[in-house]
Parts: sequence; C-alpha cells; structure tokens
Amino acid sequence: MTAIATEKTPAAAERRALRSGGDIAVEATSHLLLVVWSVIVVVPFCWVVLSSFKTTKEILHSPFSLPARWRFENYAHAWTDAGIGRFFLNTVLVVGSALVIVMLLGAMCAYVLARFEFPGRRLIYVLMLGGLTFPIFLVIVPLFFVLKDIGLLNTLPGLSLTYVAYALPFTVFFLYAFFKTLPDDVYEAAMIDGAGEWRTFFQIMLPMAGPGMAGVAIFNFLGLWNQFLLPVALNTNPDHYVLTQQMASFASQAGYAVDFGALFAAVVMTVVPVLIVYLIFQRRLAGSVATGTFR
Amino acid sequence: MSTASTTSSSGRSGGPPRATVRRRLARWRARLTFDRVSFMLVFLGLPVAIFVVFVLIPVCEALFYSLTDWTGFSSTMNVVGFANFSKLAHDDIFVHAVRNNVLLAVVVPIVTLSMAFAIAVVVTMGGPATGSVRGIRGAGVYRIVSFFPYAVPAIVIGLIWAQVYDPAAGLLNGVLTGAGADRFTDFAWLGEVLSAMPASMFVIIWGSVGFYTVLFIAAIKGLPAEIYEAARLDGAGRFRTAVSITVPLIRDNVQTAYIYLGILALDAFVFMQALNPGGGPDNSTLTMSQYLFTTAFRKGQFGYATAMGVVLAIITLLFATIVFLVNYLTGGRERRIHG
Repeated sequence: MTAIATEKTPAAAERRALRSGGDIAVEATSHLLLVVWSVIVVVPFCWVVLSSFKTTKEILHSPFSLPARWRFENYAHAWTDAGIGRFFLNTVLVVGSALVIVMLLGAMCAYVLARFEFPGRRLIYVLMLGGLTFPIFLVIVPLFFVLKDIGLLNTLPGLSLTYVAYALPFTVFFLYAFFKTLPDDVYEAAMIDGAGEWRTFFQIMLPMAGPGMAGVAIFNFLGLWNQFLLPVALNTNPDHYVLTQQMASFASQAGYAVDFGALFAAVVMTVVPVLIVYLIFQRRLAGSVATGTFR
Repeated sequence: MSTASTTSSSGRSGGPPRATVRRRLARWRARLTFDRVSFMLVFLGLPVAIFVVFVLIPVCEALFYSLTDWTGFSSTMNVVGFANFSKLAHDDIFVHAVRNNVLLAVVVPIVTLSMAFAIAVVVTMGGPATGSVRGIRGAGVYRIVSFFPYAVPAIVIGLIWAQVYDPAAGLLNGVLTGAGADRFTDFAWLGEVLSAMPASMFVIIWGSVGFYTVLFIAAIKGLPAEIYEAARLDGAGRFRTAVSITVPLIRDNVQTAYIYLGILALDAFVFMQALNPGGGPDNSTLTMSQYLFTTAFRKGQFGYATAMGVVLAIITLLFATIVFLVNYLTGGRERRIHG
C-alpha cells in the first residue's frame, strides 16, 4: 500500500515526477484512441458531404479527389427528382402530429396512473410496461390487417396513429416516474381554489412536468424520425413515403440509374435537420439519458 | 375494461387498506362529479383505447395466427397447431438466420459496451492521477462527437456504410489501397462470406457506441467521488479502479444496456436491410426479421411469418432472462467475496 508521503521528502517528489510521467503517457494514449475513434465517426460524414458535390463519374473514379466543379445542382436533383422535398414534408407531418399526440396522451395517462387510485390501475401499468419489451416484429402482420380493417392502411394518419401507439409505453413509463415526484400540496391547493381536474392538469401539473416532457419528447422525436420498419410495412403507397423509406428505395434504384451525387446529397439533406436538433439539444439530451434511463 | 373500472367507485382497491387510500377513495365517492368522470374517461380511456387497438389486440392475434396456415387474403384459415413451428425447426434458412441473430446478440453488445465503457472511463476519470478525480482534457468534444451517430437515422447509417464498403469507389478500399494494401483493390466487404458479417456488425457497433458512452458517463458521474479518492489512497491504479470499483458499482446500468443492445441485435432489420437487403452472400447476414418480412409481405405466408415473430419474441425474452440471471448470479458471488 502506498503511504501518503509528505510534501518535503525527496522520495515523494520523485514519485510525483514519475506519476506525472505516467499521467502524460496515459493521457497521450487516451487522446490517441479517442482521436482515432472520432476520426472513424466523422470521416465517413465528411466523405459523404464531399461526394455530394461530385458527379457520378468523379465518385466512381476516385473516392478522394475534389470535384472539378462543386455541383450544388446535385441537391436540387435530390430535392425534386428523388422527391426528398415531398417526403420531407410527409415525415414532418407524420412525426410532428404523432409527437404532439403521444406527448399529450402519454402525459394524461401517466398522470392518472401516477396520482389516482382506482381498480385496474396496476394492470394497465403492467400492460404498458409489457408493451416496452416485445419486438415489433411479433405484431407487424396483425397490425397490417388491423390498419387495413379500419381503412387506415397506407395513409399518413394511420402511420401517425401507429407511431403514437408504439411510442406511448415509453412515454407513459418515464412520465409516470416524473408525475410521482410532483408534490401533493400543489394539487390540493388547486382543488381548494376551485380548479377542476381538467384545469388543474393543464394549468398546474402539466407545466410543472415541463423538464421531463422535454427529455422524453427529444427521444421520441429521434426515435420516430428514424423509424423504418413501421412505414416500410404499413405505408407502401409511394406518394406517402417518409424520408427513411424514400432513402432506402432511392438507394436501391441508384444501383441502376446511378446518380450517386444526388444520393449523397439526399443523405446530407436527411442528416442535417437531425444534426441541428442534436447540436441544439445535445446537453439536454445527455441529461435526459442520465435521468430518464436510470430510475 | 379500463374505462369501466375508472368510473367504478367501489371501495375495494388492490392495495392494502391504508388510511390514506381509504380517505382518498371516500373523497372520491363524494366527488363523482361530471368534471371528474369526464376527466378520467378521456385521460385514461383515450390512450388505453389506442394501446389496446394497436398493440394489445395485435399481440393476441399474432399468437393465434401463428397456429394457422393463413395466407392473409383468402378467407379460409385452418388451425394447424404447432405445425408452423416444427416447419420452422426444419427450415434451413430460418435456422441459419437464428444463428446469425444469436451471433449478433453475443458479439455486438460485448464489443459496443466495452468500447463505450472505455471511452466513458477515460472521459470521466482519465485526467491526472493527482488532485481530484477528473476527466481528460477535451472530454466534452469527444462526448459530442461519439454520441452523434445516434442522431442519424439507422437506415442512413446503413446507406453511408454501404457506400464506404463499396468495392470500387468506396472510402475504405480507397484508404487501404492508398496505404499500400493492394490486395483490397475491389475487395467486396459485403459480398464475401467471411467479411460480410463482421463488416455489418461494425456498422451496428459504430452506430451504437455513442449512446451507451453517454449512458455510462452519466452513471459514473452519479457515483460518489469519495469512493475514488479512497481507492486512490489505497494505491489502486486507473485500470484497477475502472475494473474493480466502477464496473461493480454500475452493473445494473450495464445490465440494462446489455438488454437494450441485445434486443437491437436480435432485430437488426434496418441495418441489414440497408447493407445487404438480400441477406448477404450465402445468407451470411440474413436475420430472422428480414426473413419474416419477406415471408409475410412478399410471399404472403402470414401464418408462417407470424410464427417466426413468436419465435423472435421468445428468443428475445430468453435473452433478457439469461442476462438477468447472469447478473444476479455473478452479483451474488461478488457480494460474498466482499462481505
């Protein structure tokens, strides 16, 4: 066991020097590994951005060469020919509406489950929890026919509602914990002041849940924006495609039509909005991972 | 079921008859006003109705369809018992897919979590060994960069890497041949049986490490600093501290992360669909989910496909149980040693 040496002895000074030598070695190795990993993360993106300004011929000729001319028209092609613009709008509509609905319904459900006693409360909570665990592949076939039966197959509202249903367990689960922690006094004070249940929720309790809502909303946004399986199975009308779907079909077409420049441009246009959301919220996101995932 | 029970004012609740509960219920009965009844109906009824229609009913239907020979569009449907499942057991392609998924579920979490843990440790405690325990310089930048792939749609990650792996024009072969490794000229990373699976795994790992790094950083920052000061005074080095102090303290977080990642790897649909939609050379990267999707939506064998879904769900459940058990058993031994 190393003794805690006092400052004055030469041995301590020597050990300090050694230690800081060790520090430098450790720090250098750490930095080296972290930099290598960061390069592996960042370089593919930089390459995609570079390629998005090249012609197909230039791309196939050499992966590194700079474009002879920076072809911004690749972006125009991707936006119009590949229809990125239209599918972007579809995605915004579906994800936006689903997000608003799921946050509202999720908060309502979590609030009632967390703060009221009634028979069947436990059952509903456990069922919701169960909804978090099984793979969507188990239900993808029946889900297809449920939507077909109610006439919402291949429609944007149908997709949106499905998103709501599958984001609901997660939302309820985390907001439940959040509503549990809100103080009782506020609720009672509102009641005594004559606010009804509706008003208490919308004017008092919901605003108080703001921070928790924000965290869950960011996760839901990323999850729904990136959703692929549900649209591919349930939304097969090409007019109603969402962005992720269109990217997949564009890429498989590009194998034959080969407009790689436009493909890379489309990738850039898909990534940039999410990237902006990420950079704005990254601190909050990291915080939500911390509070949300661990109890 | 639920909407009816919300308006019920019977005093019996499942929980113990505690005074507060009784008081609340009494107050409740006194106030079965329109306000309250409508509130409960809407607040609970709406979400639960959506949940029942889109989640609960499909699950029950899935369990039933898996026992039939249903083709979806014909009205005839015969209950064939467990015939689908015994057929699955003899379906070479499916068995191969199961093997691929199990391989994914073993390798991907281990590599991802080791890397994420290493980065998290360095970022939180990689700083100088003197003074208070702190992270390496520039920790924030590394955190932001490594978390970034999480914000990119998985399908786009797959597409980007499919291009990076491209035999002729891809970035990877460009770098390798540029560095003098000429045998990689036109090497098809996703087209060779040997390399297709590792290359695909790498993409999943690449996309996941950042998220779990942030998770571990949060967990480590939540630990009391005194523990580390004490370990340092006792002469534990950085490596020793990370392995013998940090790992046991965040083992529950590791368990949660392991299960999340395992579920991701047992699915793996999006990545594989982007990298090798056809299942790869000799089905070497075919997953259960891809096979299920083709069987259902291309071949229309809905009964058979649903049976695959049931198998996938059972394997997922088994996986989670095994992780729980392993954590429980090793955790027990750990405590005995220190106790």
